[in-house]
Amino acid sequence: MDEFVNLKETELRLGLPGTDNVCEEKEVVSCCYNNISNKRALPSALENEIESSTRKTETSPPRKAQIVGWPPVRSYRKNNIQTKKSESDHEVQGSYVKVSMDGAPYLRKIDPSCYKGYSELLKALEVMFKFSVGEYFEREGYKGSDFVPTYEDKDGDWMLIGDVPWEMFVCTCKRLRIMKGSEARGLGCGV
Amino acid sequence: MALRLPSKVLEHILSFIDSNEDRNSVSLVCKSWFETERKTRKRVFVGNCYAVSPAAVARRFPEMRSLTLKGKPHFADYNLVPDGWGGYACPWVDALAAKSPSLEEIRLKRMVVTDECLEKIAASFKDFKVLVLTSCEGFSTDGIAAIASTCRNLRVLELRECIVEDLGGDWLSYFPKTSTSLVSLDFSCLDSEVKISDLERLVSRSPNLKSLKLNPAVTLDGLVSILSRAPQLTELGTGSFAAELKPEAFSKLSKAFSNCKQLQSLSGLWDVLPEYLPALYSVCPGLISLNLSYATVRMPDLVELLRRCSKLQKLWVMDLIEDKGLEAVATYCKELRELRVFPSEPDLDATNIPVTEQGLVYVSKGCRKLESVLYFCVQFTNAALITIARKRPNLKCFRLCVIEPFAPDYKTNEPLDKGFKAIAEGCKDLRRLSVSGLLSDKAFKYIGKHAKKVRMLSIAFAGDSDLMLHHLLSGCESLKKLEIRDCPFGDTALLENAAKLETMRSLWMSSCFVSFGACKLLSQKMPRLNVEVIDEHPPKTRPESSPVERIYIYRTVAGPRMDTPEFVWTLHKNPEIGVSRLAIK
Repeated sequence: MDEFVNLKETELRLGLPGTDNVCEEKEVVSCCYNNISNKRALPSALENEIESSTRKTETSPPRKAQIVGWPPVRSYRKNNIQTKKSESDHEVQGSYVKVSMDGAPYLRKIDPSCYKGYSELLKALEVMFKFSVGEYFEREGYKGSDFVPTYEDKDGDWMLIGDVPWEMFVCTCKRLRIMKGSEARGLGCGV
Repeated sequence: MALRLPSKVLEHILSFIDSNEDRNSVSLVCKSWFETERKTRKRVFVGNCYAVSPAAVARRFPEMRSLTLKGKPHFADYNLVPDGWGGYACPWVDALAAKSPSLEEIRLKRMVVTDECLEKIAASFKDFKVLVLTSCEGFSTDGIAAIASTCRNLRVLELRECIVEDLGGDWLSYFPKTSTSLVSLDFSCLDSEVKISDLERLVSRSPNLKSLKLNPAVTLDGLVSILSRAPQLTELGTGSFAAELKPEAFSKLSKAFSNCKQLQSLSGLWDVLPEYLPALYSVCPGLISLNLSYATVRMPDLVELLRRCSKLQKLWVMDLIEDKGLEAVATYCKELRELRVFPSEPDLDATNIPVTEQGLVYVSKGCRKLESVLYFCVQFTNAALITIARKRPNLKCFRLCVIEPFAPDYKTNEPLDKGFKAIAEGCKDLRRLSVSGLLSDKAFKYIGKHAKKVRMLSIAFAGDSDLMLHHLLSGCESLKKLEIRDCPFGDTALLENAAKLETMRSLWMSSCFVSFGACKLLSQKMPRLNVEVIDEHPPKTRPESSPVERIYIYRTVAGPRMDTPEFVWTLHKNPEIGVSRLAIK
């Protein structure tokens, strides 16, 4: 029972930036309910495509079997929320990009073109997430803070915010991430 | 000698009685009361379109002006009823067109409505005023255009969460230039863009317009323009709330809202950007109803909005509100009567659901008038349920969906029996109950014993044996609708309590262990019930002991229905038993 109740391994991010988000794929797992103690056999409410899963060796938690009509949410509602999800899967909606910060349980969205330059953008991020970024040095990146602002560009590479000219940044930026801690220190922060 | 009330006097008295339940009671007193009542009933409610024939309804209520009909069983909302099962509006419209031409209002829920049907409505009822379709399907925007163009006195046109074949936004232009009678328009479920100029003109010439619900294709600019033409609105469903963040756009929006001094109900808010929410602040203090269940707004922004809504009675929101947000609701929204918290990720895999049982406990403690709850979360505790029951004995509707099937009390690992016992015992006026989580037969013994006023009960993944069903059918005196899925019971309890089924509107059981033989037996024993076995994948031969996929049983005076699809088995269609007797002869 606990393995399902305490599945906190599903974080907003998995693995290092740039690796595949393993959770994206839909997998139908064999009936997990047999594993649960004091359960009775579930009459076949499960969809027909149940196969035994090949557990990925990476960090993906086991996907549960899909049950028809559960949780009981009207299709109309599911469809309206899901269109939102598929849009945000592309990370960019119009000119808005997602911003995440390590340790924060929520994402934000900003339109980089609304700002005139890096300093305005960084100030806005500082206010949004209540942190302060260090000072930017061209060769050594950000110094003086545990937080490092990064972004993913069109090629899927993770870059330090501020490295490229502002206009190029606005065009190529797909997603922002404010890294924290040891990962951050590894990313071009001198030392 | 018995004193007889002159019918004129009785008529006058009855004119004060609106509730159909009361009128039903009146009609049972004696024949003359039955006659007087039936001749004066204007609003007719039929909870199951197959329970009675349209001709019988028209015959009994010659003065009928308003008809409400419900079709498919409730679990159809969750895709448990295959397409093509039934619930057709056409036979009703056809019959009423001939027999009740003075009909003015039609309200349908979970029914299949075609364009032909809508055209027939438009053509047949000269003084047609109100059309409300909830969770209906089968029609296109052409049918809507027919209603708009032909019904000269149309007051209400509402499409609530319907599946409509959207052929474009032209339908709006079909409202005649002379039509000024509109009071309520809801096209929120349509996809296509309507011409904003058409909408502006329609709104400008409708001084009685009180309720307007736009679809997501209407932009913020469009909204501002509409609001400036209809500041008298009491109910508003916005269109899409996202746009480039321009300072002028924001101030225009703010001003438009601040001019709507009578706004009491707000919904829509798709794609809402948190930056635009402050534009709503001016209307918050007057809001009675707020539907944020499609707005992906996070907790801090939600709280800023909600703490200004001191008069709020109805709140629908997503679980993005988090426990903390619900704590704020408990603090600021002291008038709250109804709370619904929907999952932002309606997925079995979602483990990030940010509300827990604590959120509901906060609201139960802080909102004294709370009487209706729909709450989705991952897991729950008995202690929380007991607290909720103790704090809110005035609950009338309690629907808890613990998304994790068979989830026990996560602190004690026990079933949630004690918790639901407290709810059943403590909330004496409970009329609707949905249970979930790990439950044993004990829970249902308590519910059967105490939940005397419960009319509708929904159960999933629960119980240990037939005993559970027996407790419910023999205990719950007011039970009218029972829907069960994935519970391990079968024939015994069903057959033993067959008589109870005639006192109920319907019973739905899917993925249980009811055998085909029991279905046949029940059909034979109970001629006033329609027993439908709904099997999309029936075995080639059906041994008596084979379990059926779904069974839907409902009382009826209309006899077996003639429009069943292939996958619905009824005794009427398959009188094998009759045939075999003949064969023996």
